[in-house]
Amino acid sequence: MLIELEKRKEPSKAMLYLTPIIAVVATMLAGAIIFSLIGHDGIGAVRKIFLAPLLDTYKWQDLGVKAAPLILIGVGLAIGFRANVWNIGAEGQYIMGGLAGTGVALATWGMTGWWILPLMCIAGIAGGAAYAGIPAFLKTRLNVNEILSSLMLTYVAIQVLYYLMRGPWKDPDGFNFPQTRLFTDDQILPTVIPGTVVHLGVPLAFVVAVAAWFVLSRSVFGFQIRVVGAAPAAARYGGFNTNRTIWAALLAGGGLAGFAGILEAAGPFGQMVPQFPTGYGFTAIIVAFLGRLHPIGIVLAGIILAVTYVGGELAQSSIGLPAAATGVFQAMMLFFLLATDVLVKYRIKFASPAKAGDAA
Amino acid sequence: MSNDIKPRIELKGITKAFPGVLANDAVSFKVEPGEIHALLGENGAGKSTLVKMIYGIMQPDAGEIVWDGEPVMVANPKAARKMGVGMVFQHFSLFEAMTVLENIALGMDGSISQSQLEAKIREVLHTYDLNLDPHRVVSTLSVGERQRIEIVRALLLEPQLLIMDEPTSVLTPQEVGQLFETLRRLSKTGCSILYISHKLHEIRDLCNAATILRGGKVVGECDPRRETPKSMAEMMIGGNLKQISKAASREFGDDRFIADGLTIAGEGDFGVALDDICFAVRAGEIFGIAGVAGNGQNELLLALSGEKPSSPADAIRLDSHAIAAMDAVGRRSLGLCSVPEERNGHGAVVDFSLTDNTILTARDRMDLTSNGIVHGGAATAFAGKIIDDFSVMTTGPGSLAGSLSGGNLQKFIMGREILQNPDVLIVSQPTWGVDAGAAAAIHQALVDLAENGSAILVISQDLDELLALCDRLAVINEGRLSKTLNVGEATIDEIGLLMGGVHGDPFATAEMTEAVHAH
Repeated sequence: MLIELEKRKEPSKAMLYLTPIIAVVATMLAGAIIFSLIGHDGIGAVRKIFLAPLLDTYKWQDLGVKAAPLILIGVGLAIGFRANVWNIGAEGQYIMGGLAGTGVALATWGMTGWWILPLMCIAGIAGGAAYAGIPAFLKTRLNVNEILSSLMLTYVAIQVLYYLMRGPWKDPDGFNFPQTRLFTDDQILPTVIPGTVVHLGVPLAFVVAVAAWFVLSRSVFGFQIRVVGAAPAAARYGGFNTNRTIWAALLAGGGLAGFAGILEAAGPFGQMVPQFPTGYGFTAIIVAFLGRLHPIGIVLAGIILAVTYVGGELAQSSIGLPAAATGVFQAMMLFFLLATDVLVKYRIKFASPAKAGDAA
Repeated sequence: MSNDIKPRIELKGITKAFPGVLANDAVSFKVEPGEIHALLGENGAGKSTLVKMIYGIMQPDAGEIVWDGEPVMVANPKAARKMGVGMVFQHFSLFEAMTVLENIALGMDGSISQSQLEAKIREVLHTYDLNLDPHRVVSTLSVGERQRIEIVRALLLEPQLLIMDEPTSVLTPQEVGQLFETLRRLSKTGCSILYISHKLHEIRDLCNAATILRGGKVVGECDPRRETPKSMAEMMIGGNLKQISKAASREFGDDRFIADGLTIAGEGDFGVALDDICFAVRAGEIFGIAGVAGNGQNELLLALSGEKPSSPADAIRLDSHAIAAMDAVGRRSLGLCSVPEERNGHGAVVDFSLTDNTILTARDRMDLTSNGIVHGGAATAFAGKIIDDFSVMTTGPGSLAGSLSGGNLQKFIMGREILQNPDVLIVSQPTWGVDAGAAAAIHQALVDLAENGSAILVISQDLDELLALCDRLAVINEGRLSKTLNVGEATIDEIGLLMGGVHGDPFATAEMTEAVHAH
């Protein structure tokens, strides 16, 4: 018995939208089974991770705060992925954006003025974009694979963070803890809903997603991104410069990751600490694919992944699930999404060996 | 053929379905021993699927293959070869860096010593009077010689049935003549030949029976020697073939599109360098560039269309503008449009709608965008106009380019460029893989555009097409362009010699001339 994958003539449109939902449901089922088998309360874990954060209205603010950076980074990555530019170093760009904004914060420490926060944001975007510029330069000039260069630069960024925290940027009044001063009031994002932790970055993330939707679907730049990804030869024929597109895609991805970085630093953290990298840059890859590389889909996917973060913490404290469980669930989601995607594009055929023969 | 001899192969009700398409629908026909049988049909008529089943690459869903009177089940190509079926594919499977002998040895089913194999190869070469050195490295051989390797490979198995899939699409007229000699000799030994082609002149010359397929069904059988190419074409498309209507006396304007010493270094191991290309296309003229595939046509198209800008800037001129250094967008704004050879992924993006595909090249000339924003309505309207004016068979501007058949997509791409009313249009292989009906429509559109004063350059490997369409033509060979010939005065032999590259290689010249005389 041979199993063959036969390409479907036209993948079902409905299934294309259904697969993310199927993937999430399959993750819940598989998660329940796996955690039951290893001796946890599997069904309880799934309920805590996927449902508790949604049912508990008090947790919604946490969802927004967690989803914001995921959406921002996911949208930026989707722009690149659509153009077949595989930036998987968003985590590094997120760190560098955070650091660049923190640099402004430290330089303006003690000053007051409305201009400080926007300047920090601009520095954050510039920092992330500049860091993504390195893989762009290597790719366009030396044809270095951006998957490798962007990923490896993430670890460089982490070391830069550690160096700055333990050396030049250490809080002079901080009892030698490796962290910066606390940002001042003019350097902290205001909360938009009084009495909650929802900061300005949350609505900004939604605005960015809508803007990206418009740009990707309606602008010539969005067309360029799509055509370079779908058919590079056609893009050249249409007069679109491939190298310029690679630069644009990486700068957009890096800029948005850097923006997410400074919003985190100036939001939930309120300072820069060595624990700043929390894996948002990698989780955002799952967000981008779960959202079908569509900005609005990414908003929904960002919320789903935020649910797993918040739910994972709940499950840790209430039923003692290990911290790694969140990562397991997130990874399963990507796995099931990719698997169902294959089935949307191909059908499985069971062929008898005699028929298949050595046709190759 | 007397009736008591069993047919070499008989197909009875062969049916094969793929997802969404019935490739063969109860196909039945037979091939007698020693017969050269043509399988005729437009692209997508089901010819290739049919022979793949005979050669065991695929199995029919229903129906029966009868070989020498016995029903057989062809499980795989090895079984087919054992039965006595040989096949020469359109695309060769040869290792460039190895010798002829090594390549043939690799393809043998059984094991045989090098010296024995060489003796057998020489015997086959002698029997069929083929010219090929077993110790030459493949990369040094011409396309015609490479095809000979594939033929020798098939003949070594002493086949009873030889299948040839579009064998002449890569050959010069002289090489075609030699090939036909070989095939005739082979058929005299009793070997049947199943010959797939859409070149009707050739089928008339060579074949003594023909089965015509349309939409996966057998729609007719004929004796090609008693038919005209036109009558066979009409059987293929199932309708009347329109002739190109071209004004008898046409006036040409000034030189509009000029290449003057265009020289470009070759890229990579298989890129061809362009060497001092010079031509001038006048306003209102259709200028052809003939040549065997892989002689620099792709490089020339990229250089002329602006996909690969070059220097010096005045090596390519449009009217008084020096444009060689400009990119495709700049050239288009000056009025130069182009259509590449490959439709899927080059001329059009298959995953995009037809509307989106108009934005690819027509966004500036047709005002489909402004301030960096796409006007969806304008693009949809333009796509609709192309569909109407060029009778593109599709469900509408929103359908994906990939859902169109090859001919319809080509009509759409041609329409998109022609409706931009270009001053210069460069087209590569305008009717490659396009059915006869669509080809006629495309040819007529080109003639009409020229009559409005545009300069048109057609790069094609199909000599018949160029002779029917063009006013003047030149031949490209190894990146060099021949002198310009007037179409009315040039003979096929003369063009064929230029295609084979007579300049510079005395041995080739002698061989070619001989072949011409034999022909």
